[in-house]
Amino acid sequence: MPATAHIDFIVAAYAAGLIVIVALIAWVTLDYRLQRRILAELERQGLSRRSTTLRDASQAVREDV
Amino acid sequence: MRVAELANPSRFLRAANLAIPWLGGATVLLFAFALYRAMLAPDDYQQGATVKIMFLHVPSAWLGMLCWALMTVAALGTLVWRHPLADVAAKAAAPLGAAFTLLCLVTGSLWGRPEWGTYWVWDARLTSELILFLLYLSVIALWRTVEDASRAARAVAILTIVGAIDLPIIKFSVDWWNTLHQGASVFRLGGSTIHPAILVPLLLMAAAFTLLFMTLLLAATRNEILRRRVRTLRLLQASAAG
Repeated sequence: MPATAHIDFIVAAYAAGLIVIVALIAWVTLDYRLQRRILAELERQGLSRRSTTLRDASQAVREDV
Repeated sequence: MRVAELANPSRFLRAANLAIPWLGGATVLLFAFALYRAMLAPDDYQQGATVKIMFLHVPSAWLGMLCWALMTVAALGTLVWRHPLADVAAKAAAPLGAAFTLLCLVTGSLWGRPEWGTYWVWDARLTSELILFLLYLSVIALWRTVEDASRAARAVAILTIVGAIDLPIIKFSVDWWNTLHQGASVFRLGGSTIHPAILVPLLLMAAAFTLLFMTLLLAATRNEILRRRVRTLRLLQASAAG
């Protein structure tokens, strides 16, 4: 069997691998930037997990991690 | 730092921020070496050059199953020990597992067409792998459907534990049924049947994929913690305003 037999299938498989890996890296990177940006925006508005106002209200929220 | 201390999300974030760049760098280096060895690997006497597809297919299949096994442990952590990070990690892991299982199915089809003459057969191994992919999609859908995070976590944990039944079915499907898919050839009693010239790059690729998975899992778990903090702040903001 020649070395280049079915090369199109091999290239397609590695292209699929590259797409999946790049998509996963892009997903976690962009999501991280988005969450950091939203948290920074909320803190600019005076909200933080340690602010006095929020500490009073935090009884209502049980899923704080 | 002890592992138990990572149960605290703030400590986990600090550890993840330190570890992710190093793990990412190690992943790139290991992938470069593994791909170099994979490209130098000789053709198989039966499969020819298409054996190179196995360097993607086999690690992604292993990771698809490993990820569900980790999610099962996390599900026990949610239901039994009520570990504060268990459902966070499980939620972060599901899209990763789905992606690797999809890659396994796609690369398997691309290998099957030249070797078997078809992209797909309803063979026990292929069908049980497809079921695993559908289970991943179900878990992701369940997280998005149930608004209350703690209720969603319990429902997902139960589905994950029930779904774990598919793991031994995938593993032993080639022994229990007469399948077109080949039997175990790497981890089996009596040792591997693969020549070291192909086995070594295969294991290197598996190690690189595993390192990539660990890095992505840490990063996705960190994102999920931040997302929950955002949600908490917004709820508190709404509560304070009301």
